[in-house]
Amino acid sequence: MKEEIQIVLAGFGGQGVLFAGKVIAYAGLIEEREVSWLPSYGPEMRGGTANCSVTLSDRTIGSPLVVEPDVLIALNQPSYDRFIDAVKPGGIVIADTAMVTSMRERDDVQIIGIPATTMAEEAGLKGLANIILLGKLYGMTEFCDRDTLDAAIDKCVPARKAALADKNKEAIKLGMEA
Amino acid sequence: MAETTKEMKVVFERPHALLPVVTNYCPGCTHGIVNRLVAEVIDELGVEGKTVGIAPVGCSVMAYDFFACDMIEAAHGRAPAVATAVKRVHPDNVVFAYQGDGDLASIGMAETVHAATRGENITVIFINNAIYGMTGGQMAPTSLPNQITQTSPYGRDVSKAGYPVRVCELLSTLDGVAYLERVTVDTPKSVRNAKKAIRKAFDTQIAKKGYSLVEVVSTCPTNWGLTPSEAFAWMRENMLPYYPLGVYKDVVADGYANAAEAALDRAKDCPLVVPSEEGSNS
Amino acid sequence: MCAHVPRCGHYGGEVEDMAEKVLMKGNEALAESAMRAGCRFFFGYPITPQTELAAYMAKRMPYVGGTYLQAESEIAAINMVYGAAAAGARVMTSSSSPGVSLKSEGISYMAGADLPGLIINVQRGGPGLGGIQPSQSDYWQATRAMGHGDFHCIVFAPSTVQEMCDLAYGAFDIADKYRNPVMILADGMLGQMMEPVELPKMIDPKTLPEKDWATTGHGDKREHNVINSLYLTADHLEKLNQARFEKYARVEAEEQRSESYLCDDADIIVVAFGASSRVARSAVNTAREQGIKVGLFRPITLWPFPKVALEETCSHAKAYLSVEMNMGQMIDDVKLVVAGRAPVEFYGRTGGVIPTPNEVLTKIKEMQASLIGKAGE
Repeated sequence: MKEEIQIVLAGFGGQGVLFAGKVIAYAGLIEEREVSWLPSYGPEMRGGTANCSVTLSDRTIGSPLVVEPDVLIALNQPSYDRFIDAVKPGGIVIADTAMVTSMRERDDVQIIGIPATTMAEEAGLKGLANIILLGKLYGMTEFCDRDTLDAAIDKCVPARKAALADKNKEAIKLGMEA
Repeated sequence: MAETTKEMKVVFERPHALLPVVTNYCPGCTHGIVNRLVAEVIDELGVEGKTVGIAPVGCSVMAYDFFACDMIEAAHGRAPAVATAVKRVHPDNVVFAYQGDGDLASIGMAETVHAATRGENITVIFINNAIYGMTGGQMAPTSLPNQITQTSPYGRDVSKAGYPVRVCELLSTLDGVAYLERVTVDTPKSVRNAKKAIRKAFDTQIAKKGYSLVEVVSTCPTNWGLTPSEAFAWMRENMLPYYPLGVYKDVVADGYANAAEAALDRAKDCPLVVPSEEGSNS
Repeated sequence: MCAHVPRCGHYGGEVEDMAEKVLMKGNEALAESAMRAGCRFFFGYPITPQTELAAYMAKRMPYVGGTYLQAESEIAAINMVYGAAAAGARVMTSSSSPGVSLKSEGISYMAGADLPGLIINVQRGGPGLGGIQPSQSDYWQATRAMGHGDFHCIVFAPSTVQEMCDLAYGAFDIADKYRNPVMILADGMLGQMMEPVELPKMIDPKTLPEKDWATTGHGDKREHNVINSLYLTADHLEKLNQARFEKYARVEAEEQRSESYLCDDADIIVVAFGASSRVARSAVNTAREQGIKVGLFRPITLWPFPKVALEETCSHAKAYLSVEMNMGQMIDDVKLVVAGRAPVEFYGRTGGVIPTPNEVLTKIKEMQASLIGKAGE
């Protein structure tokens, strides 16, 4: 596990980027790491692009605004275009290829595309492309213990929507295997 | 020699709720009368110990030194907001705001309207003398058309300065209001009537029926440049036709228990206002 | 418990007294903490980026027997704070920059009437309507001119969600102790971000000491209390203001708070508060990795400014850098302490732009180069 991982998740409002970021943050909290989660806010959120910065660290976190992410999760084209150049050399980019059709290359970062939105629809997990992408990230980085990730989902999904938590966990598995 | 016993009877005294201090009111000003009426009502109700009064900015700015109950001096126009919070903190206290026309109907209009529409269980005593007294006689929101003041030296030109605000008429449309009456204090009879209205307003508050306000059409001999009796004559001739006396809202007289019940009935055709018995809005 | 309050949302109902850390937004953590400090009265008006704070209060207050009231204006809201404070309650309001300007009237009256209360400013860019992104451009307003007249607000500047929580919790005690308005000067970043937070214990307001000066109704047991800020005799007002400034002198002596990070051997001291201190901290860490002797001095109280602790760094620091999210406001206070003994430079972004650690690092390196240049002369 890296000493510090800085992640940007970005997409259209309603694609669940803030939620997916919150799951990562909770995973960090459960493992008693330093954690910060910072959303974009305001008109940007309404219909435009939404993004959030998440940092998990073993030391006190300075700026919670992630400027040069280790990881970019992009759920739409504008987000991919906006953040691709910011990713740290050696970093990871995971894009939903059902939404991002033109993936500008960079040879110093690892760029992975999976059709998360299509996969979600086919698996009866509509609306959980965000979590499928999160599962993919987990498969690549193991940023926390496997059990922690499920526990984080339980924390983020209200208790009265337990069925939704199970679907989220399914989406994680789907992403890990993708 | 037989002892003669003289029975002494008190026929007039200072109300307990008024402190024995000299006020700053000008000779012939009606504030003194209305201060006294409020104090008499507090005495009659026996509520001085749980009453909190809010003084305004204007001629009655020093009223916090005149009343014996706890008093708060508010910023200009903000007495209803201050009164709202005091009442929310101590719902069983009796809370009154005492305000003039500039304070209540100009700079504090938003606070006035919103305290009324929220149905705050407070009582507002509103002194309308159609002028800013303390600052030396400027045009007030209730100055009459063509009335000459320091800042309407050629008379209030309604084409430029607009029309006076009729507070009771305005507030009577608001659902949170339980009781509104416009009175004056130019004769012993009208003083007795004004006291009845103030008593009723306090009773309305104590019974938690909703917002209550008594507007007292008043005079300002000093800034009107008239003697006290001339001022009353001018008031009767000019102000009372513009600001007719009377009850502008009384939900109890209309057959309701309180403002909330009247409001519910007025809007009975709106399903959101009147939820169905079994419907829950979870 | 209020029957017609729907149980909706994450924190709608009871939030247990858990020792366990929870992930909360700064705005929400501050609101929860204020309630736990015994605040049962919140008066506010919607404005971005503080809205979650008010919304949280609206959701939670009915469950703790408190009052949330959406006022007709910021002006009404602060005057409700004035009224509730006069009536003896722990009370607060929150807003963002343009709204705080409207509240300045009421804050001045609170100071003049010696009323305690908590005002939150979740700052956004200005002047005017400005923008809605995080900013620190109300530093001067908060520390110099929070309203008309001779007075001070006690001003706290949190830099983490935990500190949003802790400072709000303690603010009511400070406000009550000095009978003075207290402001928490946060910003959109701190309000919107989530971090783990440990919530303090719930205080039952009934257990708080009574305020014998409050206008609660005299109950026929004492003389009438008067809450007032009007004194028409100049001599009288002067004496009261002088007495209030004796109180401020005590606040200055007792309440200065700051955090020093790697300052002991530092040649360059970066001074930054709130959100910009987070950015500065990242820059300081990187600069240290590159062998530059730099530290971070973080004021936690903005008024009183932590002069004593900053003064201590003057014995060895060779240069100061004030990093702010404005055009340079706190730098005035830094210069007053440094008093010409070392250069005080500035780096800031304004309008809602958050500086990056790299930008600050570049400035630190420039200053380092200049120091080396001087040493070589």
